[in-house]
Amino acid sequence: MVLKIFFPQCCNTADSGLLVGRWIPGQNSAVVLAVVHYPFIPGQVKKYLIEIQSQTQVDLTVLGSWSMPKEGQEEMDSFLKDLSTIFPQRCWLQLSREIGKRGFACKVVQNKEKPLRCTEQKNGIDSSDEDKIVLVHYDQRKVMLSQLHPVQEVNQAEPEPSELRLVFQTVAQTQPLFFLDKYDDGPLKLTHWQSEGREGSIIAELLKQASGPVCTVLMWFLSLWLWFCSFRIFHVRPVVFISSKLSTCVQSGYRADHFKIVFSSKKAAIHMDFMRKANILVSFLVDIGLGLLLISWLYRENRISKLAETLVPVADELLEWLMGAPAGLKMNKALDQVLGRFFLYHIHLWISYIHLMSPFIERILWYVGLSASLGLTFALSVLSDIVALLTFHIYCFYVYGARLYCMKIYGLSSLWRLFRGKKWNVLRQRVDSCSYDLDQLFIGTLLFTILLFLLPTTALYYLVFTLLRLVVVLFQGVIHLSVDLINSFPLFAMGLRICRPYRLAGTALHLMMEINPLKCSSVLACYRTPTFSCYPKDSWVALCKKLFVGELIYPWKQKTAKTD
Amino acid sequence: MAEEEFTDINGNSISLECHTHSSFCKEFTVTSPKLSLRRVMVITCCVWLFAYAVFFFTANTAVLSSAIILTLVGMMVHIHFVKVDHETLLVIGSLGVQLSSSYASGRESTTFIEMSKLKDIVINEAIYMQSIIYYLCILIKDPVDSEKVSSVVPLFQSSKPRLNCLVEVYRSCQEILTESR
Repeated sequence: MVLKIFFPQCCNTADSGLLVGRWIPGQNSAVVLAVVHYPFIPGQVKKYLIEIQSQTQVDLTVLGSWSMPKEGQEEMDSFLKDLSTIFPQRCWLQLSREIGKRGFACKVVQNKEKPLRCTEQKNGIDSSDEDKIVLVHYDQRKVMLSQLHPVQEVNQAEPEPSELRLVFQTVAQTQPLFFLDKYDDGPLKLTHWQSEGREGSIIAELLKQASGPVCTVLMWFLSLWLWFCSFRIFHVRPVVFISSKLSTCVQSGYRADHFKIVFSSKKAAIHMDFMRKANILVSFLVDIGLGLLLISWLYRENRISKLAETLVPVADELLEWLMGAPAGLKMNKALDQVLGRFFLYHIHLWISYIHLMSPFIERILWYVGLSASLGLTFALSVLSDIVALLTFHIYCFYVYGARLYCMKIYGLSSLWRLFRGKKWNVLRQRVDSCSYDLDQLFIGTLLFTILLFLLPTTALYYLVFTLLRLVVVLFQGVIHLSVDLINSFPLFAMGLRICRPYRLAGTALHLMMEINPLKCSSVLACYRTPTFSCYPKDSWVALCKKLFVGELIYPWKQKTAKTD
Repeated sequence: MAEEEFTDINGNSISLECHTHSSFCKEFTVTSPKLSLRRVMVITCCVWLFAYAVFFFTANTAVLSSAIILTLVGMMVHIHFVKVDHETLLVIGSLGVQLSSSYASGRESTTFIEMSKLKDIVINEAIYMQSIIYYLCILIKDPVDSEKVSSVVPLFQSSKPRLNCLVEVYRSCQEILTESR
């Protein structure tokens, strides 16, 4: 079996002393966490280890001795051998290094006094007898801060966690061991990554202290808003129906949910919770920033009034274009006139409504534009709602045209069967032959001919309205997708991956252990905030079939339950 | 260190280096043939001649500048993302296996697979376009059921050495793996 020792790079140049660390259970490997220097009292070392053990629940022991003798310290060797009797262990490691040489030498002494020779790390290759030793150097600070992916949930821990995962966990959990630095006047002198002086940042500490009261205040505001929303008047059926259709109300509901997660006063216990909170907070701040940017662009140079002025003529032009459309097909005059006047009347109603509203539109737009300060997602949702309201007549036309076309197609197919002498058997769900009477055949054929020759006209109207409706649905869909993207994109995790790549570790190791950062696509897949929209249920083929037959097509619905 | 003459599946010559660091640690490096200068020149000349012909008919200088930019960007993308210089397999008994690909621009991408996740290293056959080739792959254990294989990681995908090269690598790997289990 190969014995693996994980050795921190910061201890490469440490003075002689004792190695403190942990034996990884069941794996025949050890992690060295720190070196305790001379002079020390063994009793105090033991007491300190027990103290740290109770704080961190990691079983630390003295693993062995480390000697890097300077001039005039050659008698350390015999002293080191005696130490193994003071700290009884199953295995006692003796690592030593000489100044100026790159390699380490190490010996493992088993309890039964049988010294085993060893092999070496990267450069030196020694002959080995029964046992071999691999020394892996790791950067202690980076390993302590990083999180090995795939992240394991607490209740789903593997029955036998892998060795690397245990190493990372050990170093991360023994943070209290790294609090003593060389300026402390205690009885023990340790060397580890922080022994040159504890790292800390005033701003980070201040923010941590301030975040507590700020969170409680914001939670209070949030509970006020939720109490307001729980009024009886908002739970009446029509209001609920309308608010589920308006994307602004939906978006504000999601934001309230997000805030509940972020501002809760419980500290995030596991890594995924912490990342989720951080991602939501960062994307919310970026959202507000983008919204303010949009406001500053929109309100300059009187853009709002220009926008209001373009709205009204567009509706007029739409009307003209629609009625002049024939595309070379010979339309049936009478039907064309009937349908044309029916739709024209609707459009005239709509146009007059818009003309009525035109003096107020600018004011309304101005105030609605201010809502972008709540975030870009809000502005986009408001835009989507405005588009839905303004194109409501197109929606109505689409429904009329589709229903008409659908009825025509069904009538045609049924009469075509009659023309051939067949009938649809509802019980058996198949086409059967049937003998019709002469007058049934006569009327049926007549109706079939009429419907067939009126088909191009109806089909053209259906085509035009469907295309318009699809354009509107597409536009709304694009807006919803971008809102969804802003809501769920894990900006914090991405930023962490770009700026501090070692914190999200993929799989490590290079014998000189370097941390391999996670691929960006894995970061995205792992940390996406769960989204609320769902993707269309029909495939493209089913969609085309529905279009051809004339069944109504509904836009993408928002799901009430979260989906990933 | 041992170097021998091998070829890949298309007949281009590649080289295999075996570096034995210790009795339980071996490193295999397969080096692909370098970027051929002649091929680069041919492609660049074709693209530029075509752009010049288009310019001749349309008299629009944007065509020429876009052809130049396209060739430059395409070359950089090819060197950085597509052209692999050498691939390395480092096997350390009872610790794990490290695969690393080094691209022509110097970029290296490494993956490490722990020994506890690794079931075996085998030579497998596959249908590739119109022929059947052999490739070396690592079988990854299923985390739930350790007898099943959950995924397969193919090795030396860009250099695609032939069977004689694979057999050498396979034999040395098996020596280390049997010892470490």
